[in-house]
Amino acid sequence: MIRLEKRPTPSRGWAWATPIVAVLATMVAGGLLFGALGSNPFEAIRTIFWDPIFGEFAFYYRGQLLVKAGPLILIAIGLSLGFRAGIWNIGAEGQYIMGAIFGAAVGLAFYPMEARWLIFPLMVIAGVVGGYLWAMIPGILRTRFNTNEILVSLLLVYVAEQILAWMALGPLRNPDGAGFPGSRNLGQYASSANKELIAGWGMHWGVVAAFIAVIFAYILLSRHILGLNIRLAGEAPRAARFAGVNPERLVLLCLGISGALAGLAGLFEVAGPAGQISIDFNVGYGFTAIIVAFLGRLHPIGILLAGLLMALTYIGGEAAQASLGLPASAIQAFQGMLLFFLLAFDVLTNFKLRIGGEARA
Amino acid sequence: MDFGSINPVLLIAALMLASTPILLAALGELIVEKSGVLNLGVEGMMIVGAISGFIVAVETGSPALGFVAAAIGATIMALIFGVLTQLLLSNQVATGLGLTLFGLGVSALMGQSYVGIRPPASPRLTFFGLSEVPVIGPIAFNQHAMVYVSLALVVAIWWYLKRTRSGLILRAVGESHDAAHALGYSVLKTRFAAIAFGGACAGLGGAFLSLVIVPQWTEGMTAGRGWIALAIVVFASWRPWRVLLGAYLFGGVTVLQLNLQAAGIAIPVELLSMSPYLITILVLVLISSDKRRAAANAPASLGRSFHASA
Amino acid sequence: MSAPLLELRGLRKAYPGVVANDDVGFTVGRGEVHALLGENGAGKSTLVKMVYGLVRPDAGEMRFGGESYTPGSPHEARQTGIAMVFQHFSLFEALDVAENVALGMENPPPMRELAARIREVSETYGLPLDPARLVGDLSAGERQRVEIIRCLLQDPKLLIMDEPTSVLTPQEVDILFETLRKLQAEGTSILYISHKLEEIRTLCDGATILRLGKVVGSCDPREKSARELAEMMVGSELNPPAPQAHDLGEVMLEVNALTVPPASAFGTELRDISLQVRAGEVLGIGGVAGNGQDELLAVLSGEVPVENDKLRFKGEPIGATGPNPRRAKGLLTAPEERLGHAAAPDMSLIENAALSGWVRMGMVKSGFINWSKARAHAEHVIKDFDVRTPGPGNAARALSGGNLQKFVIGREILQKPEVLVVNQPTWGVDASAAAAIRQALLDLAAEGAAVIAISQDLDELMEISTRFAALNEGRLSAPRDAAGLTIDEIGLMLGGAHGMEVAHIHEEAAP
Repeated sequence: MIRLEKRPTPSRGWAWATPIVAVLATMVAGGLLFGALGSNPFEAIRTIFWDPIFGEFAFYYRGQLLVKAGPLILIAIGLSLGFRAGIWNIGAEGQYIMGAIFGAAVGLAFYPMEARWLIFPLMVIAGVVGGYLWAMIPGILRTRFNTNEILVSLLLVYVAEQILAWMALGPLRNPDGAGFPGSRNLGQYASSANKELIAGWGMHWGVVAAFIAVIFAYILLSRHILGLNIRLAGEAPRAARFAGVNPERLVLLCLGISGALAGLAGLFEVAGPAGQISIDFNVGYGFTAIIVAFLGRLHPIGILLAGLLMALTYIGGEAAQASLGLPASAIQAFQGMLLFFLLAFDVLTNFKLRIGGEARA
Repeated sequence: MDFGSINPVLLIAALMLASTPILLAALGELIVEKSGVLNLGVEGMMIVGAISGFIVAVETGSPALGFVAAAIGATIMALIFGVLTQLLLSNQVATGLGLTLFGLGVSALMGQSYVGIRPPASPRLTFFGLSEVPVIGPIAFNQHAMVYVSLALVVAIWWYLKRTRSGLILRAVGESHDAAHALGYSVLKTRFAAIAFGGACAGLGGAFLSLVIVPQWTEGMTAGRGWIALAIVVFASWRPWRVLLGAYLFGGVTVLQLNLQAAGIAIPVELLSMSPYLITILVLVLISSDKRRAAANAPASLGRSFHASA
Repeated sequence: MSAPLLELRGLRKAYPGVVANDDVGFTVGRGEVHALLGENGAGKSTLVKMVYGLVRPDAGEMRFGGESYTPGSPHEARQTGIAMVFQHFSLFEALDVAENVALGMENPPPMRELAARIREVSETYGLPLDPARLVGDLSAGERQRVEIIRCLLQDPKLLIMDEPTSVLTPQEVDILFETLRKLQAEGTSILYISHKLEEIRTLCDGATILRLGKVVGSCDPREKSARELAEMMVGSELNPPAPQAHDLGEVMLEVNALTVPPASAFGTELRDISLQVRAGEVLGIGGVAGNGQDELLAVLSGEVPVENDKLRFKGEPIGATGPNPRRAKGLLTAPEERLGHAAAPDMSLIENAALSGWVRMGMVKSGFINWSKARAHAEHVIKDFDVRTPGPGNAARALSGGNLQKFVIGREILQKPEVLVVNQPTWGVDASAAAAIRQALLDLAAEGAAVIAISQDLDELMEISTRFAALNEGRLSAPRDAAGLTIDEIGLMLGGAHGMEVAHIHEEAAP
């Protein structure tokens, strides 16, 4: 009989080791899954994890890595602050959409004016505001009416998707687009384009923002009293109140930051890689970022690494789709599996496994 | 605009049909939460149920076997959640989210070659001449069997929680797992059973969607119904009768907005499509704003991990 | 004479790093009230958990009624004829009395019949209870009655009681003892666990004394003095702290007619509370758990803000301010619940030192924490208060209860408070640590601070208080000088035997 025994102090070694062990376990289980789907498991794993960085077409994929990792890291950093405080914003996908809509609307309003120094910063601000406001809905409902923020933030994703569809077909539709759904291409409008900063690297302003967010979050959590309060609120809510933390203000703050960062990610995406507001603009970054946040142990540096890894699975997944005919949804299942393995191995951080001994009643 | 095309009798009959997946899923989650476990993976279990049921119904030609398979498929999902949260003591919120993300991926994977196929028809039950009786007939005597099952389940769960010893133990475990453990009840067994039941119910709800309401398979077809089921449990203050009320309210809004869309009302379609979600949020706000009443019926151990230390 | 009812031989139970019980053996005769005496952490709870089937011994033998007894679960223990009244109640607040009773029985009758039997037994033993009430609405004493009735309905041969009097007023204790003597007369054996010596001397026929998991002696408690028993229990001579007479200064903290509605469904309302505490005095606030202690502390600490002028610190209104502005002024608090309220379990002692200390100890400059100052504060507390830990980097949950309590109290005292409010300062703490904590509180008062000590332990309050007030159902009695108060007077201040008036009314109402 295997028993769990609580460790007096959480194991630091395991805290770092579990994500790695989880990734390895997911590779094994994923290999079996792909094998069951009729692909060669080794080839599939190699295509997903190795080829995008070192393979024949790496020059293309490497750039894609940062393009995909940028929004994931940016969103996950915001979410991690809330998750640490026990505030569960799981509607980042909706905030991401609203940031994109707000930002794009500002950009399109100025079309075809040429004033990048004014228009692009205004779009960035609008993106932040869009995500922030959308996240404030669950925030205010939670603090004013005690409404569960998990459910509200999530339900608002579906509302945001409908607004996105409405915008793409109605108010923001490209007047010169021959009736096709979708807005003008912001990437081709010099004043609004979020261009690659270094050719071939995939580095755009959103990636820069993600790196800055990582640094800020690191300093906040390790050095600032607000970071201590956030951790306190999550680990021991009563102790946090004893320490003078105002729980309502913290809810608004955490939701606000995560909404603003998700909105920012949406703006950079719509002005850059995606280019336009369209019905299928959102591809689930807001949800994958939840996995990134956990895989990174809610730690800024961990999130940076996890974001890159998760971006790799996206790109590798696309590659495997092209070369092995692996279905797109396989990667989604694969990412879900990764989260499961991480949560499962996490038990080792706080508990020791004992074999034999007393059976529990 | 043509409101004349909206027939109230057919509207109610359609409402019952549209509400059933959410009702089933919410009843399952009610039992799970009464045992003190918060499983946010309802959406994931529902969609796995939807595709498992669909595949088996198509392959065997039997919708009944499809429903059985849906229950089994979703229960397997629920047991993953059970192992992680109950044995490995993982965070219930994170694990539930993971279950939803995983379920959406796995179901899409399973259903690749089933897109665009029609499942075998699941006939409505008819009761001799009763189905022909105006007004009452279409509402009460001409529904799919699962509609009756879901209604019977409301009564059964009410009776189980209120009148049986096993129901009492379930409530006790949800209220204080430490006290239940001290009295010698197995927290783990009770919770595992509840989690499995919740999975089976969510699976049936999902299959009702893919086999009866739509009826075909599309990726992500549950479209947030699992989350709405979770919201309805909160709305219902963990009472079976109010789960029924909540589910039918949501079903009513859904059916009404579809009818308004069909009637060509001058509101953007997207606004109508988002109305069920908005109304769910509104109802949640109304119900939870009374802090003391909202908390009074909530299981006190909800979402907390249990580890018998000594 | 037949075999003893319960016979334990060579019982051993080890947990990683601790041997909870080692070679423990004693017997309980039929109809005997046997005391199990020991300090917190002596291994009493582990031992009774083994008897009740919750924990399996690593070695040793148990015999019940002469036959080998190896319970695999509490169900088996109950079937054998063993019932237990828990220290931390094994009750469910949102369920009613009858449901709670049913959960503790092996084969409960249908609910309606059970309700009738609950009424019947509760009348017989003078423990009035309404089966339809929610347990969450009951007082601590009434909750204990639920547990006792749950046991009595099963006609147990052996009744285990774990620290039953800690939640009762002195008058209620007398009534409980009446009930227990009645049971004893009917032939029921009782295993009575306590660390209160006078009780054991009045009630018990035999006693086994545990220290650090081992039996260190057994005796007839009626033939020993309380002091002899205490020394057997602690293993050394006790030096009770000595209060020194000194002059009282100005009024430091003042509460004016404070009324606060309960925060949760089963919380306690604070009603019309007024008090004053002066520099140099210790105001003791006694009361049975659940009468508003937590709520009062939360108001004083600033966790629950109130109208600004209801609370005055040196005359200045502070009722609406939060915990940190109050700390800056010099009003510090130490809550009862060590893990989760006073300290964050998974955080290090350094972080926990910063938790309440950053304001006064200047650890934060423009929002940034100076961790070396936090570490210094933690190390200072560890050294001055003799906190046993490998180092300040360890998590709070790794400390034993007594050590963590010393840390929590020390953390506040070393910030040189002008007013310190402590709730249950020595709850669950071993005798030497408790004595050290009490001494520290007295020293603080002697240096000119005002101290409010909220406690259930009346002996403790008598030892350290200058004045004494009682908290009962959210009301605070007028404070009286502690010197010269008798235990009966205190009992009446605490509300006397709450339920007993209810009993008479009940009898009249139901002929």
